[in-house]
Amino acid sequence: MSELATERQVDRSKMRVSDEVAIDIVNMNKWYGSFHVLRDINLTVNRGERIVIAGPSGSGKSTLIRCINRLEEHQKGQIIVDGTELSSDLKNIDKIRREVGMVFQHFNLFPHLTILENCTLAPIWVRKMPRKEAEEIAMHFLRKVKIPEQADKYPGQLSGGQQQRVAIARSLCMKPRIMLFDEPTSALDPEMIKEVLDTMIELAEEGMTMLVVTHEMGFARKVANRVIFMDQGQIVEQNEPEEFFNNPKSERTKLFLSQILGH
Amino acid sequence: MSEQSYVRDEMLPELPPPATEVGVIGWMRENLFSGWLNTILTLAGIVIVYFAVAAALPWFLNSVWNANSLSECREILEGEAGACWGVIRDRFNQLMFGFYPHEEQWRPVLAFVLLFVAIAPILFNPMPLEMKIAWGGFIIFGLWLLWITGAPILAHLAFLVAGLALYYEPWARKMLFFSALYPFIMVWLMWGGSAWYVISALLGFVIGYLIYRLLEPIMGFLIAVIVSVLVAIGWWFFLAAPFAAWMAGIIPLELTPVESRKFGGLMLSVMLGVTGIVGSLPLGIVLALARQSDLLIVKTISVGFIEFIRGVPLITLLFVASTLLNIFLPPGTEFDIILRVMIMVTLFASAYMAEVIRGGLAALPRGQYEAADALGLDYWKAQRLIIMPQALKISIPGIVSTFIGLFKDTTLVSIIGLLDMLGLANAIRATTAWNGIIWELYIFIAFVFFIFCFAMSRYSMYLERKLQTGH
Repeated sequence: MSELATERQVDRSKMRVSDEVAIDIVNMNKWYGSFHVLRDINLTVNRGERIVIAGPSGSGKSTLIRCINRLEEHQKGQIIVDGTELSSDLKNIDKIRREVGMVFQHFNLFPHLTILENCTLAPIWVRKMPRKEAEEIAMHFLRKVKIPEQADKYPGQLSGGQQQRVAIARSLCMKPRIMLFDEPTSALDPEMIKEVLDTMIELAEEGMTMLVVTHEMGFARKVANRVIFMDQGQIVEQNEPEEFFNNPKSERTKLFLSQILGH
Repeated sequence: MSEQSYVRDEMLPELPPPATEVGVIGWMRENLFSGWLNTILTLAGIVIVYFAVAAALPWFLNSVWNANSLSECREILEGEAGACWGVIRDRFNQLMFGFYPHEEQWRPVLAFVLLFVAIAPILFNPMPLEMKIAWGGFIIFGLWLLWITGAPILAHLAFLVAGLALYYEPWARKMLFFSALYPFIMVWLMWGGSAWYVISALLGFVIGYLIYRLLEPIMGFLIAVIVSVLVAIGWWFFLAAPFAAWMAGIIPLELTPVESRKFGGLMLSVMLGVTGIVGSLPLGIVLALARQSDLLIVKTISVGFIEFIRGVPLITLLFVASTLLNIFLPPGTEFDIILRVMIMVTLFASAYMAEVIRGGLAALPRGQYEAADALGLDYWKAQRLIIMPQALKISIPGIVSTFIGLFKDTTLVSIIGLLDMLGLANAIRATTAWNGIIWELYIFIAFVFFIFCFAMSRYSMYLERKLQTGH
């Protein structure tokens, strides 16, 4: 997995990081029962950043990004997304979820709805958009992920790569300002990883703020502006991709990189 | 080139399978004679079927329809074995309507045919072509039924208009309004009396809904619901009856009242079955969701209800409905026996329904909930748009099994003195004319129940096929 599965040239010209803070996580802690999964997480994400989160399984990287849109609840510390603090207040949670898109490892498309309906559902019911407008936007994003011709099919009739691209389009239809990716390529055949990564690169080129949990180190090297390495529920190291890969500081990071890039 | 190296120059063409694998011979080889055990079982099966048919067929072929008593029937048969269907012909009306007054029987018939108008837009949306053709046949059948039961012209017209409206696409969806109104129409047609009582009961819902719409933007969902429910209950208890009496004085809309104890036969089973089915599904959904709720009290009540109802035989509940309930109610309250039974049957079925639906909910991957959450759908929208459509689809076989069980359980009401077909069968067998008849009556009853249950089973398979969205 050392090389990016795509040969696409990456245009970094529009990937500008602004000073505006998109996500601010302060001293965040989380437990599953008595198990301390996330320990004192401090992380500030500026608008336009592309952050790749890496680490061994069970290190809490998925849990971390799932806390950002409250799929998981944190017990201590603060998470502030777009100026709104996440608490048990349902209004705030809904507000944040409207602004934050998420792509899952197993796509989680709605199998009883067509591709188009999958994409228009949230805009119609959450954003109260007229059906016609929602369908236009959905078709726009389906063209963008290059599967407009599948709009009337059901998810079960599509390949894994296509389904994941639909999932990305579905999130984009809500016009989110931040996108979270939870191992988006881990459930895909090697041949399909490329098409999903291409879509993600395109998104990065348009200046989307992205947090990506992935094992695709090629993607991290080419697209990310920051790589975070997590182990045992804490952030062990973070750096620019060049420094991170070529000159890792922590022993744990070195070990991880040697294992993942070793062959 | 090394030994292991190999390159295919041309791809092989597709060939037809050998003749023994396809067609009738192939099918028989695979399904009937695939091994010695299978062959023996096939031959044994044929023998058993032969003896069964040989024993029953002469009895069926030797049927007597024109007889008014069992003895008359035996005279015609002259000692030979033969079915005496005369009992069905003689008592058909009773088996269908119980003791419902003869000249009013067009009312249950109208209620019955309108029932199909009410459920068709729910069951078939949109109507497939075969259904459109079948529907035309049904309209003619319904008109004929109304004709032979002596319905007034207005009843024919009402049914015809309602039936044809389903053909006209722009109206077909609006006919769901009719589905919502149907229970009230049914109650009025069956029990008769002044239509204003039914209308004022309906008005309670309308008033509640309007108040909800008015208050919801100002006070939020919960308070609006509570206030509108309270107002509606207040209306029903204090204002509905005087209003109905007052309106009836101005514009009388009367049908001859029919008492509940005259209800019976298939009509009673269908009434109980349909209300049970229509009531238990939403109630079951609510119970299943409550059982999965994080709110402790809601969950406890739901679990307690489900386990209690499932742990008690239906007959016990029916006895409670028929005798005990009156003891607990304030003296002088007239609470209709059929209404009580309807409520008990619905509650009973809803407990089973809740567990069936809970199974469907449990089968859904967690990812579906997460995706709905991540898109910003709130709990109720997620349930309605994402979770329930899938959970109900998974539960279709279980739901339909519960429906079928419920419909057959309606025969238990004969134990508390309501005369459904089975209860009537006993009554008929006790008369001097038909004393001693067994098979014909029960075969007929079995056949009628089979038609209804088989139709439900077929419909569920159609629905499963229609909702299939995989490969």
